[in-house]
Amino acid sequence: MFSRTVFSRVARQTAFSAIRPAATPIKPSPFLLSVAAQRRLLSDAVRQAIDKAVASAPVVLFMKGTPETPQCGFSRASIQVLGLQGVDPEKFAAYNVLEDQELRQGIKEYSDWPTIPQLYIDKEFVGGCDIIVSMHQNGELAKILEEKGVLVKEKESAEGEKKE
Amino acid sequence: MAAEATITEESLRAALIERLKATHVEIQDMSGGCGQAFTSLIVSPEFAGKNSLRRHRLVNAALRDEIARIHAWSAKCQTPDEYAREMAATGGEDRPPLDGTEDGKVAGVSG
Repeated sequence: MFSRTVFSRVARQTAFSAIRPAATPIKPSPFLLSVAAQRRLLSDAVRQAIDKAVASAPVVLFMKGTPETPQCGFSRASIQVLGLQGVDPEKFAAYNVLEDQELRQGIKEYSDWPTIPQLYIDKEFVGGCDIIVSMHQNGELAKILEEKGVLVKEKESAEGEKKE
Repeated sequence: MAAEATITEESLRAALIERLKATHVEIQDMSGGCGQAFTSLIVSPEFAGKNSLRRHRLVNAALRDEIARIHAWSAKCQTPDEYAREMAATGGEDRPPLDGTEDGKVAGVSG
């Protein structure tokens, strides 16, 4: 049920391209600015787009591939954990970094994190696959998800079962 | 100009011991031998009082140059006490995490 409902959220993934401004940022003069400053200037537009993506849902996963077809074992494991924890698909958004090279590179700089997948809960960076799995195993993830109110409501699932 | 040293299990272990005062380090190559993907178990007293994320960020900072050059990196970060407890609880089976791998190898698109 989790992956079927999440499929409707695939539309969110294209929101990233829609959020990006069409115009390219003005390139700084290489004589005046260090490489680091150039990188910062170049990523301002991308930074804003990622800000919006991070805020687009209470639970946001930047991953390789889609929840339906993950393109990497770590992304797949992360999606599986979120499903096992009962995250409400209505409160979840996934972004496929393989679709967008700027996102793929930008999210690493934005989060100051070298790998993908990356999980955000309530706009806060939580971690990658290894952290997600260990938090799932020690109960920390269940606790945060409950506190943030992002789990599928038990009453609703019970009603669903009755109807079927 | 000297060539860049290749990243190996030994070089990562040495870096962790030197930079994080790690008391126990296990590094496992999960790239099928290419030296491009590693998973690790790192035990260090420096992790005390830090949550998961802060521990990982400490490791990322200590291995910034190395991690930037490889395709995949996973870590389990424990204090000496936590390591001892998990070893006792699992009968000596506290290991680097292999979640997300297939038979201990990275599956899918890297980087």
